[in-house]
Amino acid sequence: MISIARTESLMAHERLSARQYFILGLVSVCAPLGDTCLSRGMTKLPAISLAHPLALVSAVFTPWIVAGIALLIGFFASYLTALSWADLTFVLPATAFGNVIVALLSRFWLHEAISYQRWFGIVLITVGVGFVAQGPSLTERPADELPQSEAHQPAIEEEVAQ
Amino acid sequence: MILAPSIPQSGFWTAAAMIATIILTSTAGEVLTAGAMKSIGDLDEIRAHSGMKGAIRAVVTCPLFFAGVGFLALAFFALLFALNHMNLSLVAPASASLTLVTNAIAAKFFLKENVDRRRWTAAVLVCIGVYFLAH
Repeated sequence: MISIARTESLMAHERLSARQYFILGLVSVCAPLGDTCLSRGMTKLPAISLAHPLALVSAVFTPWIVAGIALLIGFFASYLTALSWADLTFVLPATAFGNVIVALLSRFWLHEAISYQRWFGIVLITVGVGFVAQGPSLTERPADELPQSEAHQPAIEEEVAQ
Repeated sequence: MILAPSIPQSGFWTAAAMIATIILTSTAGEVLTAGAMKSIGDLDEIRAHSGMKGAIRAVVTCPLFFAGVGFLALAFFALLFALNHMNLSLVAPASASLTLVTNAIAAKFFLKENVDRRRWTAAVLVCIGVYFLAH
């Protein structure tokens, strides 16, 4: 029963729901913003050498790094959710659209200049995301090849029974 | 040699080693994490049946997930280390774009994903696009 339900579930996921698109959007936005915070935080710190690796740990408690880590936690939670119903080779190109969002925000909100080179990059990413978004989000597999975590199924069935 | 002008304090091979470390650890972490999430199943369904606690329990009781997180943590510290020595405009495009390609290769061989022509095209276009956008 579980196998049949899972196979139907996989087929249903070929067309993503609005909620799933929202999760992909969260992955897209949180990752580049988090990286930007990390970059700003790390460039303000003095150079860290391999001889003193613990200095990296102390860097974790600076405000920009804390903000970056908070955003990356949000990214990771939505990223894990996306990976549970879509292929890695679907999620990664699709969520690269976040780079375009950040570039467009910097152009129209912060009024930063965007070179022709960057516009070319934006066009390439948009076309790439369009390519992958038109295809299925998950590789279909026969029911007997589906990876199943036996440990989690009883917990689910118990909840359903209740 | 292309990298040399952007890295005044480090040599070409040092920069290449830093970026390669980010790419390798990041690819290993993402493939292991993706494998873990596939073995767990749809988190939305698990949450619908067992609530948020059930979904969190399903994730944190998967050993493969922690292996993935371990590699992603290594990639994170490798990124911090590289950002401390090189400009974001070099580290971000090089690591982000090349990781897309290495992930596609690793997903095909280790996760048995159907990386068809459409996905290869998307990966390469996004790879080049990220490079131009962030460089």
